[in-house]
Amino acid sequence: MEELTSIFVRSVFIDNMVFAYFLGMCSYLAVSRTVNTSVGLGFAVIFVLGITVPINYLLENFVLAKGALSWLGPQFADVDLSFLTFIMFIAIIAAMVQLVEMIIEKFSPTLYSSLGIFLPLIAVNCAILGGSLFMQERNYANLAEATAFGLGSGVGWFLAIVGIAAIREKIRYSAVPAPLRGLGITFIITGLMGIAFMSFMGIEL
Amino acid sequence: MSDTNKEGSKEALFSPKNRKLLTNPLSKDNPISVQVLGICSVLAITVQLRASLVMAISVVAVMGFANVIISLLRKTIPPRIRIIVQLTVIASLVILVDQVLKAYVYDVSRQLSVFVGLIITNCIIMGRLEGFALHNKPWPSFLDGIGNAAGYGWVLLTVGFFRELLGSGTLMGYQVIPNVLYDLGYENNGFMILPPMALITVGVIIWVQRHRDRDLVDIS
Repeated sequence: MEELTSIFVRSVFIDNMVFAYFLGMCSYLAVSRTVNTSVGLGFAVIFVLGITVPINYLLENFVLAKGALSWLGPQFADVDLSFLTFIMFIAIIAAMVQLVEMIIEKFSPTLYSSLGIFLPLIAVNCAILGGSLFMQERNYANLAEATAFGLGSGVGWFLAIVGIAAIREKIRYSAVPAPLRGLGITFIITGLMGIAFMSFMGIEL
Repeated sequence: MSDTNKEGSKEALFSPKNRKLLTNPLSKDNPISVQVLGICSVLAITVQLRASLVMAISVVAVMGFANVIISLLRKTIPPRIRIIVQLTVIASLVILVDQVLKAYVYDVSRQLSVFVGLIITNCIIMGRLEGFALHNKPWPSFLDGIGNAAGYGWVLLTVGFFRELLGSGTLMGYQVIPNVLYDLGYENNGFMILPPMALITVGVIIWVQRHRDRDLVDIS
């Protein structure tokens, strides 16, 4: 249990998807104009990451990795399908995003219409695929650890996008130089937030 | 079908319109600083110029070919499943690139780690496939792909250049800041190596670009 909490906290703060690896920046920059839509997108990302990372973990360990197919019989023991990783992962993610889209459309049509094009674009949100690829690279020991990592990364992304949306709502009232307004200042603020998040770096969990 | 380029076959290969496809994304329509696509990789892999260069070349290759393939298939892809078709085409090309990188520049491939895989979800590629290749002939699509990838590439290289120069005093791994300067008390700015500085560098690039081209200023 302690191990799980530590993985969760690590992935929320220390290995934050946005501030440490810059994943999912496109939707992060495009949807963060108001707090409301960014909360919605944030939850969708938590949900998709929390589902796809464990599924891809199972896929990796029972289908793709070298020798993973040995449960089918001894003759499959040295089959190595790892070159198929990208296609398999992205297929799972695209399917899951479709599912989330249908659920949101059914239960919250207002959120659905305010997210608009960005819901299908979660499929190409690098944070999602990045989550699965980091999971693969870091070799988590079991399914629970992978789930904790997926959920933690989602929560970290959620915190980041809600934070920047709140700042952007306020900064409209400030005198930012015209060429820097909008995109430019958002980049710089994100950089400063990233520096703040780096103070978590030395913490050992 | 191909509404923007009906007389394509009669047009010269590098007619002014086609040349525009190639040059617009370099400045006025830059995928990174204007369309805000494909930011993730710009920020993560620009610590060194060499990695940026390899990444830029990979993206040019994937994007050019993906645009051509989708453009050739544009009349056969059913609209409802186009996203999956696009992702499959991109993913196959990225697998090729990944294998080539692993075979020839293994150290850079290790350094890029998951970011080669993330070319798949690089929104520039999806965005251009959706926005251009689905409605245009192969040759203009190819130019559009190369143009956008090059627009992405130069921002990547600029950021990589400044971060490596100021952060480690080297370029492409060779030392360029002379030792004399270090003796005089010059120090590398360790801050430039940290990830947040990439964001601030891009912010400054956007600032300079919009300062020179007032049309791009965000009024809202």
